[in-house]
Amino acid sequence: MDTNQYLEMFLEESKEHLQACNEQLLELEKNPDDLAIVNEIFRAAHTLKGMSATMGYEDIANLTHKMENVLDAIRNSKIRVTSEILDVVFESSDALEEMVIDIEEGGSGKKDVEKLVTMLNQIEAGNSPLAVVEEKAGKSESEEMTGGLVYDDFEQTVVSQSVEQGFNAFELKVILRDDCLLKAARVFMVFEILEKAGEIIKTFPTVERLENEEFDSQFTVVIITKEDAEELKAKVQKVSELEQAEIRPVQFQSATFEVATTMEAPVTDPVVQPVKQTAKKEASPTKRSNSTHSANKTIRVNIDRLDVLMNLFEELVIDRGRLQSIAAELQNAELNETTERMTRISGDLQNIILNMRMVPVETVFNRFPKMVRQLARDLDKKINLEIIGAETELDRTVIDEIGDPLVHLIRNALDHGVESPAERIAAGKPEEGTVTLRAYHSGNHVFIELEDDGAGVNRARVLKKAIERGIVSEEIAETLTDKQVAELILSSGFSTAEKLTDVSGRGVGLDVVKSTIESLGGHISIESKEGQGSLFQVQLPLTLSIISVMLVQMQKEIFAVPLSSIIETAIIQNSDILNAHNQRVIDFRGKIVPLVDLREIFDTGLPEEPEELKSVVIVRKGESLAALVVDSFIGQQEIVLKSLGNYLQSVFALSGATILGNGQVALIVDCNALIK
Amino acid sequence: MTAITENNVMKTIVFRLLDKEYAIEVDVVQSIEKLLLMTITRIPGVPSYVKGVINLRGMVTPIVDLRNRFDLPEMEYNDNTRIIIVNLENFDVGLIVDDANDVIDIPANALESQPEVVGSVESEFVAGVAKIEKRLLVMLNLDNVLRPIRNVNADEN
Repeated sequence: MDTNQYLEMFLEESKEHLQACNEQLLELEKNPDDLAIVNEIFRAAHTLKGMSATMGYEDIANLTHKMENVLDAIRNSKIRVTSEILDVVFESSDALEEMVIDIEEGGSGKKDVEKLVTMLNQIEAGNSPLAVVEEKAGKSESEEMTGGLVYDDFEQTVVSQSVEQGFNAFELKVILRDDCLLKAARVFMVFEILEKAGEIIKTFPTVERLENEEFDSQFTVVIITKEDAEELKAKVQKVSELEQAEIRPVQFQSATFEVATTMEAPVTDPVVQPVKQTAKKEASPTKRSNSTHSANKTIRVNIDRLDVLMNLFEELVIDRGRLQSIAAELQNAELNETTERMTRISGDLQNIILNMRMVPVETVFNRFPKMVRQLARDLDKKINLEIIGAETELDRTVIDEIGDPLVHLIRNALDHGVESPAERIAAGKPEEGTVTLRAYHSGNHVFIELEDDGAGVNRARVLKKAIERGIVSEEIAETLTDKQVAELILSSGFSTAEKLTDVSGRGVGLDVVKSTIESLGGHISIESKEGQGSLFQVQLPLTLSIISVMLVQMQKEIFAVPLSSIIETAIIQNSDILNAHNQRVIDFRGKIVPLVDLREIFDTGLPEEPEELKSVVIVRKGESLAALVVDSFIGQQEIVLKSLGNYLQSVFALSGATILGNGQVALIVDCNALIK
Repeated sequence: MTAITENNVMKTIVFRLLDKEYAIEVDVVQSIEKLLLMTITRIPGVPSYVKGVINLRGMVTPIVDLRNRFDLPEMEYNDNTRIIIVNLENFDVGLIVDDANDVIDIPANALESQPEVVGSVESEFVAGVAKIEKRLLVMLNLDNVLRPIRNVNADEN
């Protein structure tokens, strides 16, 4: 089957299911007794198995299959959730992720999963200490207990057809005595008896493994026979060194055929199969009530298409502007009315298109819980990660860029922020450290905060290092506020860890985080109290494609200054301008702010008549300010950010361009370049 | 530049600068616009031959004046002045030319490597010359004419 056309869908969905798996596994770790969670994981693994088998990725199918078996055993209380079991399942899901990524990158999706499969098999076979719950059997015939048996469609069909033709289908579980010496021989004897009685269609473990004695002390055989259960059981029990034999009819949860009454057996550990057909399972009402996720009414759209849509819409906006001016000229009532309606509708359309490009920040956050869990283990620390506001939406373009800086910050918080359990107890704090990741909207910005209750920034140590590295001089160091000191750790060439760890000390410091965030038009700040913890705050623009600007005029040219950089606008008198070292400055609310004449920088020419008053825009970059002199302000506007293209790479003090309502191009001022 | 089609002719767009005719492959040309219908936004701090950017159907496209680029005397733009929009590998650029109104097939054997002196146009910009009947066409090496402009710094000011 040509599956190429489904590949993209397969990848997307696989990732989604793996993500669901991971999330639920973390949940399960917290609530090991909540079987509804196990059901969720099972469902995800099951779907993944089906998809990968269809696409021909056998290793994925194989591994998910084993995972599913283990989950099913958990689901049916055959084995209890322990952290060692979860570790193996986590590892499996990591391996699955690797394989999916491999496929995405054009690989074959093959990976040696033998070790994991073996481990899963062992868990499933009950080799884990708390494994088999045998005591509660006996009365549990009516319950849906499930063993490791999974029937594929073919086997199900065989069983149901045989039943229709008057055969019996039994699952025979044989438990050998612990002191049994020749397991393989006993297996052979059991098989010999069974083969005379009917046809064996399935065994667990596989025949090969049974022959090689690769099983613990029990195995299960599915047989189709004319004989009845008691007869068969009696025959099998004649084999010596047998602890017991249990027999029961094959059952499918979907009940495609009549379920015979369960045979009596002294101690039973009845085995029922997980259902292969998802559709049928979904149809069962009890299952549905367990499901917490309802199907989303969404479709997948390639981001490129949204970009095209956006571009087309921008052209429409430009034409709308023209139409408006024509209508204003012609003064035709009908034309005016139509134009107004069109303006309103296109305004709504703009909101919708912009919203379509928004993605919940969850898509970035959801990989963190697992990362934190792993890191905490590696570092031997106890850390609880709280995520607040994962539903906060950000433009796709920002989302794509923000992942790595956040990973860096979290690693930093875990490694350098939160102390080891012993230190925490000594400091009178709870043993478990808390790291909170918070996202929220405020105005035109999205804030992402990372707060930890760790050691905070050690002022003396940071200053010492900063002076050593020549980042600040000793004189200046004295005058710095705590906040300024904390922010020193963002300077390039800074690393406070005494020893380099592979968690967060690999030579690239937090300065990379800072520059990435600034390149996104964002801003990062740190607040820290020694001994109480730190708060890293990242401020990001809602979107990179539409920004709010102040349009300013210089002679005949119009420039746009991003509102995110603007503190305020002011009109100053010539007498307010002071001279300091060849640099003109103004006194702005008690601060000395350098004056930058944009008309000189951009060569627009100065007004012919000397001005009495000057219009200035006060902009900031971090803590530094500058006052940009322009001819006049036009007003505030939302604009679509466009790049100047690859021909004009890095033009001084310009970050891009936009198309105004009249179709003209206006340039966007890069305030960061104007402030030293 | 010298990709020859199967029947050994190259389709070119021919344009005029001063009194000389130049040719570029038709494949790289996206469209030809009338300059007077366009509003050019000047960009500060770039070489003088970059006249600015225009809004080309929603795309911000830089414009290069080829007369400036080739150090030819400037001329007022008039009704004949055209902007030829070319798509290079990584970017689109508009070229301001005096006139553009011809498409000519250049046979492969008519293309010669450039003679020692071709007017005042610097040799690195020229890929070759072709003589078609009595016309001499200069094939341009656009990759050299349109090298990306980078690191234009504050010292420009």
